[in-house]
Amino acid sequence: MAETIFAERKDQVHRKGEEPFQMTCDKESLAGAVSQRACVFCGSRVVLYPITDALHLVHGPIGCAVYTWDIRGALSSGPELHRHSYSTDLQESDVIFGGEDKLYRALTQLIDRINPKAAFVYSTCIVGIIGDDLAGVCRKVEHEKGIPVIPVESEGFKGNKRAGYNAACRAMFQLVGTGPIDDISPLSVNILGDFNLAGEIWIVREYLERMGVQVVANITGDGRVDDLRRAHGAALNLVQCSGSTIDLAKMMEEKYGIPFLRVSYFGVEDMADSLYKIAEFFKDIDPQVMERTKALVRDELSELYPRLKEYRKALEGKKAAIYVGGAFKAFSLVKAFRHLGMTVALVGSQTGTEEDYKELHEITDPGTIIVDDSNPLELSSFLQEKDVDIFVGGVKERPIAYKLGVGFCDHNHERKEALEGFVGMLNFAKEVYATVMSPVWRFTPRKRAYLSKSQEMDVCHEIKAIQN
Amino acid sequence: MLLRHTTKEITERSALTINPAKTCQPIGAMYAALGIHGCLPHSHGSQGCCAYHRSALTRHYKEPVMAATSSFTEGASVFGGQANLVQAIDNIFTVYEPEVIAVHTTCLSETIGDDIPQITRKAEADGKIPQGKYVIHVNTPSYVGTHVTGFANMTKAMVDYFAESAGQKIDQINIIPGYVEPSDMEEIKRIAQMMGVRVVMFPDTSKVLNRPQTGKYDMFPEGGVTVEALKTTGDSLATIGLGRLASGPAAQALDTKCNVPCEILDLPIGFKATDRFVDTLRKTLGITVPDIINNERGQLLDIVTDMHQYFYGKKVALAGDPDHLIALTEFLVSIDMWPIHIVTGTSGKKFESRIREITKDSPYTTNVKAPGDMFLLHQWIKNEPADLLMGNTYMKYIARDEDIPLVRMGFPILDRIGHSYFPIVGYRGGMRLLEKILDAILDRQDRDAPEESFELVM
Repeated sequence: MAETIFAERKDQVHRKGEEPFQMTCDKESLAGAVSQRACVFCGSRVVLYPITDALHLVHGPIGCAVYTWDIRGALSSGPELHRHSYSTDLQESDVIFGGEDKLYRALTQLIDRINPKAAFVYSTCIVGIIGDDLAGVCRKVEHEKGIPVIPVESEGFKGNKRAGYNAACRAMFQLVGTGPIDDISPLSVNILGDFNLAGEIWIVREYLERMGVQVVANITGDGRVDDLRRAHGAALNLVQCSGSTIDLAKMMEEKYGIPFLRVSYFGVEDMADSLYKIAEFFKDIDPQVMERTKALVRDELSELYPRLKEYRKALEGKKAAIYVGGAFKAFSLVKAFRHLGMTVALVGSQTGTEEDYKELHEITDPGTIIVDDSNPLELSSFLQEKDVDIFVGGVKERPIAYKLGVGFCDHNHERKEALEGFVGMLNFAKEVYATVMSPVWRFTPRKRAYLSKSQEMDVCHEIKAIQN
Repeated sequence: MLLRHTTKEITERSALTINPAKTCQPIGAMYAALGIHGCLPHSHGSQGCCAYHRSALTRHYKEPVMAATSSFTEGASVFGGQANLVQAIDNIFTVYEPEVIAVHTTCLSETIGDDIPQITRKAEADGKIPQGKYVIHVNTPSYVGTHVTGFANMTKAMVDYFAESAGQKIDQINIIPGYVEPSDMEEIKRIAQMMGVRVVMFPDTSKVLNRPQTGKYDMFPEGGVTVEALKTTGDSLATIGLGRLASGPAAQALDTKCNVPCEILDLPIGFKATDRFVDTLRKTLGITVPDIINNERGQLLDIVTDMHQYFYGKKVALAGDPDHLIALTEFLVSIDMWPIHIVTGTSGKKFESRIREITKDSPYTTNVKAPGDMFLLHQWIKNEPADLLMGNTYMKYIARDEDIPLVRMGFPILDRIGHSYFPIVGYRGGMRLLEKILDAILDRQDRDAPEESFELVM
């Protein structure tokens, strides 16, 4: 298998138990590798796009707008402005003579047309090169139209997705602190780093309501400009997803003294731990909050556990591989699979930090492969080597798994079932069960080779029956 | 209403594209390059471009899509991408071992002015390109043209780099299939085969992007035109380019470079365009059309005669690429449907005049705009409703808001399958299109019919 790993990437792959843990990461991708990573613009766009009543204008050639047009399934309970694709569609003459005038016209026409609460204007590679004064145009239009017009410095080449998250955070931070905060409860939070895929933020909001905690702004999922403006009135920031919004939380801590908690809503322990941490934070203001939280967790678990057991029975001993964007998600997934009685044979991320990988190393079993910024060839060779039953990844990983005859679960933006919260754990178990136990794999050539003789005979009969 | 911000009043927009009916050049170049056997497309620019194109193609085909990137950083954007590309070429040939690396540029590398042939020569001088392997390139700035232009340019690069003339004509013809699906490419080859014609098709993404489940992951699948075959195109008897925009430049380049006469036709969608394609094959090679093809044509005609009352007078709104829209509009008009609104994101005055010519006898004025976008199309529909929409998956917003059935065709299709396996070209492809159109129209009629006029037999 070693020949599928670039020599330069050897220290970005670690096999637990073989040698002392040491891993290189946060490294630029090797030129020529079929990397699964994206760019700065992508990072900014995915974080900001679920602010549903803001105008999102992409200043660049058409592609940047097209490839990010409503592909994430971040749901809205109201406005749907974010489902449009707006682009200045830069042409050759704009590249030669500059695109500022075009941007100005596009912005003013759009604001007149749809009257948004705020506008985010995204910079792309080309804008960084031709040197358009994006900030200048935004200031001018903001002044003329009287709404916040915020430049997002997301030139694609200025790093990877993480740099894009940072640019998005800086953009959002410009809105924070500009709205009224008089009706905000002392028990209040903002939800950061959840994108409301499949309506997940609504699950988390409901838990918080039952605990008696007010949600001021669900910033990056089903988000609203006005909520963001008064987000500084919340007592606490809840930060999910390791990379995307931690910078915003830090900025808010520094300027407004709002502490933050790193939470995860995925998996039983992490979900419960997160709620307890929140209750712990508020227990001095409201001594009953912990009781309410315990009751909530108890209710949910008594509902969940018996049903989860059924799935566990079937899934015990099966093997999983994980390759996701951020490492924080990988932590929760490792624990969630353990709950289902499954082992994790491979875990990796596009953008993990050294700390992240250290933690992964601690929570995984010996023999687990840990990998940073991987590519299809590596991934497919690991999947085969470890003979896994399910691969958890994103859009580019799915067909690789299917071609190999391995089950798949999208834990990225193409998930169709809510995977967060206690109910999400059940959905996750269902999804894992559905794909791991699917009869379809019995027909795939690779799996057939692993089946015992008698099973193989059965399959042969089935195939023959189908062919006849 | 998802697109509730769409107004009926149409105001002039001078600087703004809303809900585009196009995308950028590089993805077209990447798609074309995947149609060369053993080729790894390479995006010379930021990582994001390559990730986006791979994701978009993966969603559309539900297949692994391999491509490498120069992974530009801030340094490369200031000092040029030479070091990145040379290193990339070295890494790719060392680890992935493709036959060909097909480099396309991006807006970033174009604007900083990277000279790809010079960089390739440097890589060659440094011994980074193994014997018998190739690096080809095409310039595809994203701010010029569209994905169709990118496809056309990469296809032309195949001629520029590979076509040779040994002086001895070979009994074969070249077919450039246009920016169509792998299924369509297969169907075009099948038609030629039935007529007994030896064909070199390029690019050819069949068996690349519509692969069977094999239990294996092949970085370089079985399909694609081989470099050997591409080299022989200079000695073919003739070239047929299907689709003026997508295939024209390569067909003409082959004529100029190797004196291979070319005929540029519309995509063979519907009767008339397929007739012209079949007839061109017949005339070029002096052969007769076999019964089996006449039979397929007859079946297509049979569907139209059986069901013509349901086609009659239906108003259709279309979005897509020019080559498709021209042939499709002609097909729709020939079965008595009326395309009333047509947009493409790819510009071209000739396109608009061609559509006007095809629709001149329609009782409606046909709205046509190139370049236009889906926002404009939606506005037109609000002013003059249509009975049917045809276009890519993004049309489903309009379909839902206006409650109009949608037949999916074009790129991208993100929510249905079929396009990789079942063609829309040729007579058989025409039958599939009619089936889809009828399903959409008749399902709607069934859904909307009051109980007293709900029909069993239709």
